[in-house]
Amino acid sequence: MIPAHRLEQPRPIPPILIRVVMWAAFSLLFLPLLTVFVLSFVEPLRDGTANFQWSLIWYQKLVQNEKIGQSLLRSLLIAASVAFCSGALGACGAIAFDRGKFLGLGFLKVLAIFPVILPELVLGISSLLWFVVLRLSLGMHSIVMAHITFTVSYVLVIVLARLQDIDKSLEEAAADLGAGYWQTLYLVIWPNIRTSVYAGMIVAFVLSFDDFMISFFTTGVDSDTLPLMLYSMIRFGLNKEIYALSSILVTMTVVVAISTRKVFARLTGHV
Amino acid sequence: MSIEKRHQWSLVLLVSPLATWLVVFLCLPILLVFIYSFFQRGPYGNIIFEFSLLNYARLFDPLYLTIFLRSMTLSLFTTACCFCIGFPMAFAMATAKPAWRPWLFIALMIPFLTNFIVRVYAIRVLLSAEGPLNALLLSIGVLATPLSWNDSLVSVIIGMITNYLPFMVLPLYVTLEKFDYSLLEAAADLGASWLQMFRKIILPLSLPGILSGCFLVALPVLGEFIIPDLLGGAKTMLIGNLISDQFLKARDWPFGSALSMLLIILVLLGVFAQALLKRRRVQ
Repeated sequence: MIPAHRLEQPRPIPPILIRVVMWAAFSLLFLPLLTVFVLSFVEPLRDGTANFQWSLIWYQKLVQNEKIGQSLLRSLLIAASVAFCSGALGACGAIAFDRGKFLGLGFLKVLAIFPVILPELVLGISSLLWFVVLRLSLGMHSIVMAHITFTVSYVLVIVLARLQDIDKSLEEAAADLGAGYWQTLYLVIWPNIRTSVYAGMIVAFVLSFDDFMISFFTTGVDSDTLPLMLYSMIRFGLNKEIYALSSILVTMTVVVAISTRKVFARLTGHV
Repeated sequence: MSIEKRHQWSLVLLVSPLATWLVVFLCLPILLVFIYSFFQRGPYGNIIFEFSLLNYARLFDPLYLTIFLRSMTLSLFTTACCFCIGFPMAFAMATAKPAWRPWLFIALMIPFLTNFIVRVYAIRVLLSAEGPLNALLLSIGVLATPLSWNDSLVSVIIGMITNYLPFMVLPLYVTLEKFDYSLLEAAADLGASWLQMFRKIILPLSLPGILSGCFLVALPVLGEFIIPDLLGGAKTMLIGNLISDQFLKARDWPFGSALSMLLIILVLLGVFAQALLKRRRVQ
C-alpha cells in the first residue's frame, strides 16, 4: 500500500515567522524538562564555588529512598485497579449507551460525560466530602474509587467511537443463526471492540498514574501516590533527588509517547 | 420486533453497574456539595445544619470578588496567549513535511503526557535564581546579580501558558491536519495575502478546533490551584486556592462548598457558551 502522505497534495509553506513561533514554542515546552534532566546529573562541589562534577549521586539517593519506591508501587497498583474497573464498567456501559433505548439513558449519558468538564478540584472535594459523610476511611481504596469516576468517561468515549463503526447486521446475522443475546455479545461484539477497550484502559491507567488533584483530596495516612510524594518533596525543602525522579518520569513519558503513538494518533483522528 | 427492542432488558442489566457507580460516586457527592453550601461553619470547624444563604451572600464580599475577577482575567489572558502562540505552532506543524509530522506530534504529546507536578516543578527550576535562565542573562550581561523570577505573578503566568499550551495546540493541530489546503492554493492564485487567507479562510474553517482549544485551556485554568501554589509562592490567590484552603486550612466546608458551586456554574456557563457559538456557526 502506498503511504497516505505520498498521495497528499503538497501543502503551502507558511511565512518563516510561523515556523519560528513553532520552534520557539517547542523550546518553551522542552527547556524546563531538559534543564531538570541535565541538573539531575550535576553534583555541586562543596568548596564554596560554582564548580560541579557529573555524577549519579541523586539517582543513588533516590534508589535508597524507600518511601519513593513504596509510593511508586502504590501508584502502579492504583492505576492498574482503576484501569481494570474503568475498562469493565466502561465497556459494558458503552454497549448499552450505543444500543439501548430506554428511559433514563439520556440522563446517564450526560452524567457520564460530566467528569470531563467538571474541574478536577471540584471532583476531588466532592469525593472527599462524600467519603467523610459515609464515614469511609481514606486510603488507597478511596483514591481508586475517585479515579474510576473520572477515568470511566474516557473509556466510554473511546469504546463508543468503535461501537458506532460496527456493522449492525453482524448482530442480526448472529441472532438469525440462533445465538442468544449474551452469546452475541461475547462472540460477535466483544472481539470487535476488544482493542478499543484496551486502548481505553491504557488511557485510564495513564490518567490515574499521573493524577495529582483528585488523589490530593482523597488520600489518607500513608497512602501517598508518586505525584503526591513528589509534591510534598517539593513543598518541604529542596531535595535534589526530585531532579532524578523527574528525569526518570520524563524518560518514561518519552518511551510511552513513542510506543503508544499509534493509539493516541487514532484517538485524535491523526493519520 | 427488532433484536434491539427484545434485548432492552439485557442492556439495562449491562449498564446498571455503571449507572450505580455514577449515581453513587458522582451524582450524590455533587448533590452533597450543593446541600452543604447552605449550612454554616461552627466555632470549632464543625458544621451547623441550618439552612441559610449566608455563604452565597459572602461571595459578594469585595475581598472574594477581587479573587474571582483575578481568576477570570488570568484564565482569559492565558487562553489568549495560548491561542496566539498555539495557532501558528499548530499551523506550522500541520504544514510541515509529511515525514516530519508524526515526530512533531510526538514532540507535542511528550509535554502533554508528562506528569503535571514534574512540569510545574521544572518551570520553577528554570526560573530560579540558580537556574539556567539567570546564568544566561548574567553571562551576556543583561543582569548584574541573579534574580529569582519565582513567587510572582509573572512566574504564574509563564507556568500557566507553558502547562496549558499543549491543550490548545492538540485540537488545533487535529483540525488543521485535516484542513483542505487546496483552498489556500486557490486563494493564493487569486492574489490573496497570508493575512487575508488567515482571516477569510483558515480562521472561519478551523473555528470548531479553536473553540475546543480555548475551552480546554480556559476552564482548567479557572480551577487551577497547584500552579499559583508552587510557582506563585501562595501570593497569587485564585478561586482554586480559595476553595482548597476552605477545605484543608480554614475548615469552613460549607463556604468551600458554596465556592465550588460557583466554580461549577462558571464552568457550565463556559460549556453553554461554547455550544451556543458552535450552533450559531452551523446555522
